[in-house]
Amino acid sequence: MSFGPFLLLAVLEGTVMAAVLALTAVGLSLVFGVMRVVNVAHGEFYMLGAVLAWFVTYYLPFPPLLAWMAALIIAPVLVAAVAALTDVLVLKRLKYNPEATIMATIGLLYMLQQAALTVYGPDARPVVAPFEWRIQLPWFGYSGYKLFVVVAAILVLMAVWWVMTRTKAGLIMRATQVDRDTAQTFGINVNRVYAGTFAFGGALAAVAAVLIVPIQQAHYLMGHDPLLLSFIVVIIGGLGSIRGTLVAAVIIGLSDGIISMFFSPTLAKIIATLLVALVLVFRPQGLFGAKA
Amino acid sequence: MLRVDGITAGYGPVTILRDLSFKAEAGQVTCIMGRNGVGKSTLMRAIIGLVPVQSGQITLGKVALHALPPHQVPVQGVAYVPQGRRLFGPLTVAENIEIGLLARKKGPQRRDYVLDLFPRLRERLDQVASTLSGGEQQMLAIARALCLEPEVMLLDEPSEGLQPSMITLIHETILRLRESGIAIILVEQRVDSVLRVADHVAFMANGRVETVVPRSDLAPDSMLFRDYLGV
Repeated sequence: MSFGPFLLLAVLEGTVMAAVLALTAVGLSLVFGVMRVVNVAHGEFYMLGAVLAWFVTYYLPFPPLLAWMAALIIAPVLVAAVAALTDVLVLKRLKYNPEATIMATIGLLYMLQQAALTVYGPDARPVVAPFEWRIQLPWFGYSGYKLFVVVAAILVLMAVWWVMTRTKAGLIMRATQVDRDTAQTFGINVNRVYAGTFAFGGALAAVAAVLIVPIQQAHYLMGHDPLLLSFIVVIIGGLGSIRGTLVAAVIIGLSDGIISMFFSPTLAKIIATLLVALVLVFRPQGLFGAKA
Repeated sequence: MLRVDGITAGYGPVTILRDLSFKAEAGQVTCIMGRNGVGKSTLMRAIIGLVPVQSGQITLGKVALHALPPHQVPVQGVAYVPQGRRLFGPLTVAENIEIGLLARKKGPQRRDYVLDLFPRLRERLDQVASTLSGGEQQMLAIARALCLEPEVMLLDEPSEGLQPSMITLIHETILRLRESGIAIILVEQRVDSVLRVADHVAFMANGRVETVVPRSDLAPDSMLFRDYLGV
């Protein structure tokens, strides 16, 4: 394949990566922005979403499209429930102390991982794609499902944007993000907001996983990469800034896709990590974050 | 009527308020005065529920405010304008007002009433709150609190850092609110402001209200100002 088509393929792969990464990272960014909690277990919510999607599509006696659509509803709801429970049982009791919650979510990471290993097993298992559709370009054929993933992720991100900027729930979350104490003096139950935000963040990671799991296989260790890349994206974009997170997800997703195809995935991770180091040195608040 | 009966409150192991009592009547302005650090702002934060009360009671009518979680206190009709305004800075004026309407589920009528009180805010509804001038920010802080249609209003140094014309506007607003029957508790350091708007003045020292004096008994050169403020 000549350079031009190869670059196009790399860009397409990078776009899919960017779309899924944006969904995962927005969840992480929302949680940090509103709650000031660095959720180290965010990648495990992603893994849990993928594993639950496998269970739903495997055990429900539906055709692939219906089974996958059921997974798209059931997995995020269950992950959101796990996240909300974590908030109430663990984070709230730690009074959302930043250091303590980091340790607690590290513990949660291993608990979820080991639970998945015990129940689901060590194997990587595929989820059948909801539809088979191939776009034939002049130079190569490309999966229509992958393009669907991009469109679906954009739609979900637009919905998140709409919720945050146009609804009462979003207004309450943004007010709580700005000033928790003052929010309470206007009748906002911040405990409920925190539980809802943590659940919402977890659900977004699960949606990303259900979208990607027909392309990648579900595996109990699959949360590592999304967690690392989400942190990279959130730091580059600016902690708590959704706009910054989206821009950084596109940058990192595309560069990861392109560098992975032309060189190696390891080099892509090295460059992304180097970019984080540069941002932390020269613009610690990130591209779109507010100065402390 | 809001009653504070023998409360002790503070931050963690540090006790700021000790056996503090006073009351605020409907349709009256009670000013709280005292030197820096005596606990005036802590008292306001204890009433609104942000500082836990270790002992004693805060009641509004028959409702024990001190026993409620913080987010339930404004629902009872207690509004708070904190020192430094503490607006939701990245949110617009309209969104700050919207937040004010939430707790007691007030609608467009209340919003219009509040914006009629501060017409300048109506012209800046889509402006981000942090970009307003200091005086406009204070207007918004008061407007946002008034959206609750409160029975009790806590104002913590609302004239701090404002130019004289804006201070006059704030005073006029306080007097109008008093006429509407709201009980106003005002923390204020400026003697001229207090003499203009107060019905009673509560002087604080060492975490207690030591004396409450009717406005009519005070003059600009009263010894109490010298004793409790050092002016």
